[in-house]
Amino acid sequence: MRVVILGCGRVGARLAGMLDDGGHQVSVIDENLEAFERLPTRFAGLVVLGNGIDFDILTQAGIEKADALCALSNFDNTNIMASQIAREVFHVPRVITRIYDPERQDTFRQLGLETVCPTRVGVAQIEALLDAG
Amino acid sequence: MYVVVIGGGKVGYYLAKALLEERHEVLLVERDFKRAKRIAEDFGQGVVLRGDGAETATLERAGVGRADVVCAVTGEDEDNLIVSQVAKRHFNVTRTIARINNPKNEEIFIRLGIDVTVSATQFIISLIEQEIPTTPFVNLLTLRSIGMEIVDLYMSDDCPWVGKRIGDLPLPPDTVLSLHIRDGVRTFPTNDTQLLRGDRLIGLTSLDSEAALHQMLQPV
Repeated sequence: MRVVILGCGRVGARLAGMLDDGGHQVSVIDENLEAFERLPTRFAGLVVLGNGIDFDILTQAGIEKADALCALSNFDNTNIMASQIAREVFHVPRVITRIYDPERQDTFRQLGLETVCPTRVGVAQIEALLDAG
Repeated sequence: MYVVVIGGGKVGYYLAKALLEERHEVLLVERDFKRAKRIAEDFGQGVVLRGDGAETATLERAGVGRADVVCAVTGEDEDNLIVSQVAKRHFNVTRTIARINNPKNEEIFIRLGIDVTVSATQFIISLIEQEIPTTPFVNLLTLRSIGMEIVDLYMSDDCPWVGKRIGDLPLPPDTVLSLHIRDGVRTFPTNDTQLLRGDRLIGLTSLDSEAALHQMLQPV
């Protein structure tokens, strides 16, 4: 599978490493050069320095032929916009969007995005732990 | 009119100021505490709301549900897009205007339902093209709701139209040449107007015919 990952933070870098290990063709976009230091040294994929909502940067990362985009930057709006560009312009078959703000997640889930909300997931887990206490 | 302006940078600040002077009801939403405070000192408390315009709760407090227009004019394209989408989706705002920095984003904004986009970058590019009279084709204004645009055509040395009568030009559909300018003198052209090198024409054309018209002006 050809996967473009936007955001080389903890989640992005870890996912990139795992997919790369699994034999997938991975490219990672981040605005900060230092962010790529989070990638495992054995990482064999492509790294692209730049803004993830820029068509040219997405193209450099191979969005035109990608099977999936995972938008995992720290900014909800960047993730949402990049995801919409991937779907509407480049017709990427799978697009997964991280959105921290639960209400924004609702809005864009209704608009058809496939979303993950770490706030909701975290709260649910902590609540479950407390309940199990 | 009730106008909600998102983003209290220079564009938002002067936009709000101009609208207030026109006696419109204005609310400016600004995320930064310090900046929001300063704007409140200038315009009054009631004009500023401190908050993130991309959050539904903020837009709710701003009363965008009754807004006639929401203008998203922060310095970030992604914020302007998402604010406009949330305003439309959640609050049924009928008219949203979004500022764009990267001209390439215009297409995606329009495709995602934003009514009007304003791009300073694109505007400056058009102005530069107008100032350089060798550019044969300049888009002056796009009237998106009716699918038309106003264009400025320049007869360069090697333009195939030079020496021809306007009536003999095989213009694409929905195209009208309305104004003829020669040495700074304007006339309303007729079919008999003969084009000379250095002439300019102001015309109307449909978005569908733009490419064909542009092509016709290229040297053969």
